[in-house]
Amino acid sequence: MNDIANPPMSAKQRYSAGVLKYRQMGYWDGDYQPKETDVICLFRITPQEGVDPVEAAAAVAGESSTATWTVVWTDRLTACDSYRAKAYRVDPVPNTPGQFFAYVAYDLILFEEGSIANMTASLIGNVFSFKPLKAARLEDIRVPVAYLKTFKGPPTGLVVERERLDKFGRPLLGATTKPKLGLSGRNYGRVIYEGLKGGLDFMKDDENINSQPFMHWRDRFLYCMDAVNKASAATGEVKGTYLNVTAATMEDMYERAEFAKELGSVVVMVDLVIGYTAIQSMANWCRKHDMLMHMHRAGHGTYTRQKNHGVSFRVIAKWLRMAGCDHLHAGTAVGKLEGDPLTVQGYYNVCRDSYTKQDLPRGLFFDQDWADLKKIMPVASGGIHAGQMHQLLDLFGDDVILQFGGGTIGHPQGIQAGAVANRVALEAMVKARNEGKDIVKEGPEILRAAARWCTPLKAALDTWGEISFNYTSTDTSDFVPTATAS
Amino acid sequence: MMTNPMQRLTQGQFSFLPDLSDAEIKQQIEYGLEKGYAWSVEYTDDPHPRNTFWEMFGMPMFDLKDAAGVMMELAACRKTFPNHYIRMMAFDSTRNVESITMSFIVNRPPSEPGFGLVRQEVQGRSLRYTVQGYSSAKPEGERY
Repeated sequence: MNDIANPPMSAKQRYSAGVLKYRQMGYWDGDYQPKETDVICLFRITPQEGVDPVEAAAAVAGESSTATWTVVWTDRLTACDSYRAKAYRVDPVPNTPGQFFAYVAYDLILFEEGSIANMTASLIGNVFSFKPLKAARLEDIRVPVAYLKTFKGPPTGLVVERERLDKFGRPLLGATTKPKLGLSGRNYGRVIYEGLKGGLDFMKDDENINSQPFMHWRDRFLYCMDAVNKASAATGEVKGTYLNVTAATMEDMYERAEFAKELGSVVVMVDLVIGYTAIQSMANWCRKHDMLMHMHRAGHGTYTRQKNHGVSFRVIAKWLRMAGCDHLHAGTAVGKLEGDPLTVQGYYNVCRDSYTKQDLPRGLFFDQDWADLKKIMPVASGGIHAGQMHQLLDLFGDDVILQFGGGTIGHPQGIQAGAVANRVALEAMVKARNEGKDIVKEGPEILRAAARWCTPLKAALDTWGEISFNYTSTDTSDFVPTATAS
Repeated sequence: MMTNPMQRLTQGQFSFLPDLSDAEIKQQIEYGLEKGYAWSVEYTDDPHPRNTFWEMFGMPMFDLKDAAGVMMELAACRKTFPNHYIRMMAFDSTRNVESITMSFIVNRPPSEPGFGLVRQEVQGRSLRYTVQGYSSAKPEGERY
C-alpha cells in the first residue's frame, strides 16, 4: 500500500484555494528516506470507515506539523517543504484489522531546542482529536542525536546516584508509606524510621501526599528527616525518603524543595501530572542543588494503557529521560498494575540503555542512540513481595529500585521485620545469581534456604508466598516474529 | 553494639547475610572478573556513611584475571589490618558506567559500636544532624 502514485502538480495547482487531500499537499512521500537528523514517529492509526490508510497517515503528518484543513497561500512565503512532516510508510498492524502503523518523519527545524513542551505540542498537539481517525496512538519515537544533545537529561543519573548513596551491585530497596492518607507527620515519620532502620534504602511519599489537612508538608518533612538521620546513624548507611514537593504552583514547589534541601534530604519527588515544563524546571533545580529527582508517573494510565489510542509509556519514558528525572516508575510485570513483562522490559531499556536496539517483542521499533545522556533508575512498585525476588531480579537486573510498600509495612511481625525480609531475600538472590545459580528455577529454594535462618523472611513467605496477579495485559506488542527490521 | 536488626554496619551488598566464607568471596570475585571488572581492596577504621574514600590496599588490580591473586591481596590486607573494616570493590570502565559495580564488606572489627546522632537545635523546629561514630574520637589506627 506504500506505492500509491502521487500525481505531480504544479505550484499553481497546489496552492489554488480549496481543499486538497493531505497526500496531495506533500505530507505523503513513499520514497522518503528519513535523515539522521529527523525525528521519526510511529503512530498506530485506526481510520474511520472508508478513509484510505495512506491518506490518514498523511493527515497525521499534516496535522502534527504545518497543515490546516485547507490550502493557504502564505505557505509560499516559507521553505514550506522543510516544515511538512512526511508520512513515508504504512503497514497493517499484524492480526488487527482496521489498524495501521504509520511512520512519519519530522525535520529538526520543527522543534525548539531543549523543550519537551514544544515537541509534544507538535507531535500530540491536535492530531489525536482529528475526526477522520477513530483512534490514534503514538507507539514509539526515534529522537536524533542532534536534538538529544539540546537536553540535559536526568539531574543525577543512576551511576552518580549509586556513588552518592554508596550502594552498588544490587537493586535498591524502597517502600511507599501506607496508609497513603491520614497519618500525622509524627506517625508518618515512624513508618519511615522503621522501614529504613530495618534495611530499606529509601522510603517514599505517595503520589497524592502533598499538604492536606491531616499533615502539613513542613511537618512531614521535619519528621521524615529526623527518621532518615536516625536510621542512617543506626545502620551506618546513607538513607533517603522521597519528599513529594508536588504543589499547585512552581513557587510552592520551589519553596518545598528548598526546605527539603535545608534539612539535608538527598532526594525530592514530583508527580508526572505537574507537566513537562514544571518537570524540566525541577530538573534544573535538582541539578543545581545535588538532589535526586524521583518521578511518580501519576496519571499516565489514562493515556498509555489502551493500545488503540493515546501515547505508549515507552514514548513517555523517552521524553522524561530527555526532560530529566532520576527515578521513574516503569512497572513491575509481576505486581498488581498493568504490564506485560516484555513490554515493561522495553521501558526499562529506554531508561537505562546507552544505545537501544530495535526490539519488536519489547515494543521498541527504532534503534536509539542516547548520545551519553544520563540514565534513569527505573522503579518497580505496586503489589510486589519478597517471594517474587528471583523473578524481579531476573526481569530487571541490578539497576532498579524495588518498592515493597504493603510487602514491608504489612509484615505480620512489623515494619522492621518486613524490611529485613526484603533485604535478606534480595541479598541472598544477588549472591546466588553471582555464584552462577539459575535463579528463575532455583529461586523459591534459595528463598526457603534463607528463611531457615531469617524468621522475618519465613513469615513473609508464609504470608504472601502464593500471591500473584495473573491478569491479561492490555498493552502488548503487535509484531510478526519474522518481520524484517525497518 | 548497633541496634539495627543485623546489629552491625549494613553497608555493602551482603551485610544482611551471614559472613561470606573465603570460598564464597572467591565466587563473587570470579563473577566480577568474568564481567571484566577490576578488583580493589580497601580498608578503614572510620566507616561513617559519608566516608567515601577508604584507604586503598594497593591500586585496583586492573591486570589481575585470577581470583586467587585477588584473594592473596585480601589475605595480606587482613593480616595487616585484622580489626579494620575491609571491603572488596569492583570497577567497571565501560563507557557510560565508569564507576563501582560491586562492593561488599569482608572484614569487621570484633565489636561495632556504631554511630550516635548529634542534634543541633536551629531556627524554628529545624534540627541540624551530625552522624558521629562512637569510635571516631580516637586517632586513626586506635579505634577498634
